[in-house]
Amino acid sequence: MLAEIGQFTLVIACMLALLQTVYPLYGIYAREQRAIESAKVLTILQFFFVSLSLIILSYLFLVNDFTVGYIATNSNSALPWYYRLSAVWGAHEGSLLLWVFLLSLWSTAVAILSKRLPVESIARVLAVLGLLSLGFYLFVLLTSNPFLRTLPYFPVDGRDLNPLLQDIGLILHPPMLYMGYVGFSVAFAFAIAALMEGRLDSAWAKWSRPWTMAAWVFLTVGIALGSWWAYYELGWGGWWFWDPVENASFMPWIAGTALIHSLAVSEKRGVFKSWTVLLAISAFSLSLLGTFLVRSGILVSVHAFASDPARGLFILAFLILVIGGSLLLYAVQASKVKSRGRFQLLSRETMLLTNNILLIAALIVVLLGTLLPLVHKEIGLGSISIGEPFFNSMFTILVVPFALFLGVAPLVRWKRQSINELFKPLLHSLLITVVLTLVFLYSFASHFTWLALMGVFLGFWVLSATCYELYLRATHRFSLFKGLTKLGNSHWAMSIGHAGFAVMIIGITMTQNYDIERDVKLAVGDSIAFEHYDFHFDSIQNMDGQNYTSNAGVFTIKKDGKYVTTMKSEKRIYTVQRMPMTEAAIDAGFTRDLYIAMGEVLPDGAWAVRIYYKPFIRWIWFGPLMMGFAGIIMMMDRRYRVKKLVKEEA
Amino acid sequence: MNPRRKKRLLITSSLVVGLSLAIGLVLFALQQNIDLFYTPTEIIEGKNETGVKPEIGQRLRVGGMVVNGTVSRDPESLKVSFDLIDNRGGIVTVFFDGILPDLFREGQGIVAQGELLTATQIDAFEVLAKHDEEYMPPEVAEALEGMDHLKSNKP
Repeated sequence: MLAEIGQFTLVIACMLALLQTVYPLYGIYAREQRAIESAKVLTILQFFFVSLSLIILSYLFLVNDFTVGYIATNSNSALPWYYRLSAVWGAHEGSLLLWVFLLSLWSTAVAILSKRLPVESIARVLAVLGLLSLGFYLFVLLTSNPFLRTLPYFPVDGRDLNPLLQDIGLILHPPMLYMGYVGFSVAFAFAIAALMEGRLDSAWAKWSRPWTMAAWVFLTVGIALGSWWAYYELGWGGWWFWDPVENASFMPWIAGTALIHSLAVSEKRGVFKSWTVLLAISAFSLSLLGTFLVRSGILVSVHAFASDPARGLFILAFLILVIGGSLLLYAVQASKVKSRGRFQLLSRETMLLTNNILLIAALIVVLLGTLLPLVHKEIGLGSISIGEPFFNSMFTILVVPFALFLGVAPLVRWKRQSINELFKPLLHSLLITVVLTLVFLYSFASHFTWLALMGVFLGFWVLSATCYELYLRATHRFSLFKGLTKLGNSHWAMSIGHAGFAVMIIGITMTQNYDIERDVKLAVGDSIAFEHYDFHFDSIQNMDGQNYTSNAGVFTIKKDGKYVTTMKSEKRIYTVQRMPMTEAAIDAGFTRDLYIAMGEVLPDGAWAVRIYYKPFIRWIWFGPLMMGFAGIIMMMDRRYRVKKLVKEEA
Repeated sequence: MNPRRKKRLLITSSLVVGLSLAIGLVLFALQQNIDLFYTPTEIIEGKNETGVKPEIGQRLRVGGMVVNGTVSRDPESLKVSFDLIDNRGGIVTVFFDGILPDLFREGQGIVAQGELLTATQIDAFEVLAKHDEEYMPPEVAEALEGMDHLKSNKP
């Protein structure tokens, strides 16, 4: 009965989304104030019903109702309750329900938090969001209904959640990532609404900036979480695989990064406006494209869910409608947008333009690498795969100008900048960078490589130029400490975000250049030594859990003869699906991770063991966390008053 | 030429140069990193679509089913070799030095990426296994269609 109610509330929400699209727009057309004002109420009502639907599905998971097909395939009564809950979004149907729920959550946030905006503008934005919701409701209801029953022959127990997904990373990663994906719909809706109105001014950029930033923060943290999860859960010790689905999340992120920078220019200087609109459309379109690639099953990936041509076709049609429609609107209306500001060749505007060009270049590289195999196959040339080296070498090239400009840009003034004034700060930063780079490499690098030198140099270049700029700005009028307290949130956000990028670059460089990976054959009692560390295989220990059996290899680690730690690396067999899983043992540290993953038992009783030494790998995730934190600081800026409004609501 | 036009010309020409340089680089990098997918039969007889056989030393991906009883290990190291078969009967041998994935089993569909050593031998640097048909790459699923009777030890 409950499942039917869940489906019913979903249908109601779908109807409300339709109303939310049509009625306010009609109100604007017919100048009926009540119809315009209804947008907010309809949005909140829709949110209420879709929440009900999600709560019901979660409840059904909790009580193990295996008469529901989706639950029978993705849950099991032996699963701990928190994994039963996260299993709600563990597969296709539920994750789409989560998607529409989040879309509705964002819409509601817009409805509630945007009190200072003209009612008509809000109505337009909400109508666009309603249209997007409508598309996804239809998708869920027509092709991927999570409430379908398996009656009358329902299974006694479920097929269990994929063991890879039974992890804290999965509880957090998809909702975060989806918040980001879906969040770009708000920026998209603002852009479309502005185009419909034919009015794109600084106010528009100002309104959509905090929303875009919020989405970007979620996406940044979501991707970092995914990378971290892959690192410890997949047992290969890698942190990024250029898997099509990773790329699908990375593309909107790149577009989003370009967008937040371009929005800053549009807000402060009133230029690049039509470009910003195009970016807002692209960021969301790329989110949709990502969904299409993942959900249609046309891409081969660890993330790919079971494919169903109807689903792929539906999303493809939706994709064409949304992208085609918005680009058409853009083509018709963009000519009305006039950029008024002027600027010279050496100015902050040009610097941000360079940032955008480089980001778009990166975007094209990823897009090409992701879609080319598809095209290649469809035109009958056979299946191909594009190797990691392609992406790695392209990004190695692109990051050089990107980081060099990133260091300079904050030092450059808006409108115009004389080269002479720039000379001194750049020289100082350069000197600091060289010293830091040499000291750092001397302390932490086991040998010299040019790539490591370059990467670390770029990281420290960004870091020291950023700090130097902060110092200059702070001491411009006051003493250093007083000056630092006077700096605005936006300024801090920029500095912290850029520093986060620098930290990430250094992390990536060190990990990629100095990691040591050993696949070895070890029997109990054997040891292996490298990088001052000695790994001794003590014993095999039984560590069975609620729904799996497990053998753990126990290792004692010594550094230069001194005891460091004991690590237990597990090999689990999940009993329901008979699926083996590697739970790597990781000793995390500020400058290095030690990583042990058990392979298989060899015929003579010894184990194949994978032992890694990963220098500075934590920095790869700490950097994005800093960027996310910077985004939050930026949203707290007095200009946006988000904080104040949240307080009022509370 | 007035200064404004001169500036524009400078910007445009540098854009064009930069763009063509970028495109050239991307295409070069792409060319080096495209790995074609073959089934065992295609390695022996040439690709279905084009009839072209892979050259020795070429990097490629091969997908098929691990033939029962062919997995042989070196007792001293992690070196392992096994045969791959597809539904048209071609058999190739894959050599690998490293840890096989958790889901690697005889009678299981796998994908290996590596270099062609001789006409029917591949030196793999990566072996991927998926846990059932639902997660199997479409190419492998295609190559294995109708071979279910061989999957004797599938759980």
